[in-house]
Amino acid sequence: MSTTLRPTPSPNHAQIRTALARVRGLGSAKEGTDHFWRQRVTAVANLFLVIFAVCLVLRLVGTDYAEARAVLASPLVTVALAMLIVSGVIHMRLGMQTVIEDYIHSEGAKVVALMANTFFAIAIGATCILAVLKLGFGG
Amino acid sequence: MASAKPSAGSPRPISPHLQIYSPLINMVSSIVHRITGVALYFGTLLLAWWLVAAASGPAAYAYASWIFNSPFGLLVLFGYTWALFHHMFGGLRHLIWDTGRGFDLDTVDRMCWFSIIGSVSLTILVWAAILFS
Repeated sequence: MSTTLRPTPSPNHAQIRTALARVRGLGSAKEGTDHFWRQRVTAVANLFLVIFAVCLVLRLVGTDYAEARAVLASPLVTVALAMLIVSGVIHMRLGMQTVIEDYIHSEGAKVVALMANTFFAIAIGATCILAVLKLGFGG
Repeated sequence: MASAKPSAGSPRPISPHLQIYSPLINMVSSIVHRITGVALYFGTLLLAWWLVAAASGPAAYAYASWIFNSPFGLLVLFGYTWALFHHMFGGLRHLIWDTGRGFDLDTVDRMCWFSIIGSVSLTILVWAAILFS
């Protein structure tokens, strides 16, 4: 982001914040631009992986179970689907976190919702990965 | 935070919220981007179900296929396809904005209309391929 947007530290400000904290630039939440950046990295990854997934679905239309299993057992499909799942659940967890923080203001409900969000994302991710690996290894 | 309870005496002014403004394409696109994101979030349950069904065996896969091929199932999947493409175009818009470009209102509006036209077109294209294959 543009460095011109950063306010010039006042003399007081400079005294309160240590030089190390300024250099790290992580802010009070200690995460810096981590949320923003991960959202963007996974967004770009999803762009390619979702296009692949749409093509995969089109390939599977009208196939019987044996052929669908054969397509889903190919290494390329296994790897691409696994990457889509990981990138997808990270992206959706970050997005839902923003929605929760925007709309839920009571501290208790917010913490519960944020935790449920993480659990949901990991549960979906773990379930899908297991299914994709099982299909990939032909078990 | 629409509730601004007066602490003493006359009610305090509150800032205008959504219902005050007439819907403009840029704000509608922003709202729809968030709604489609939430829809896709819960829609991953369908993806998980389908993958688990495929991994479980022919019976589970046939059952999932039967549900997805029902009129309601097709309607949900059609909506899911559109949400996916609309969120994708919305994301591309945000990536362009991240570079500092495209903030003048003409460009914003054009990109928003592009998202709508693009997502509807791609959805129809994909479903034409599905239904007529």
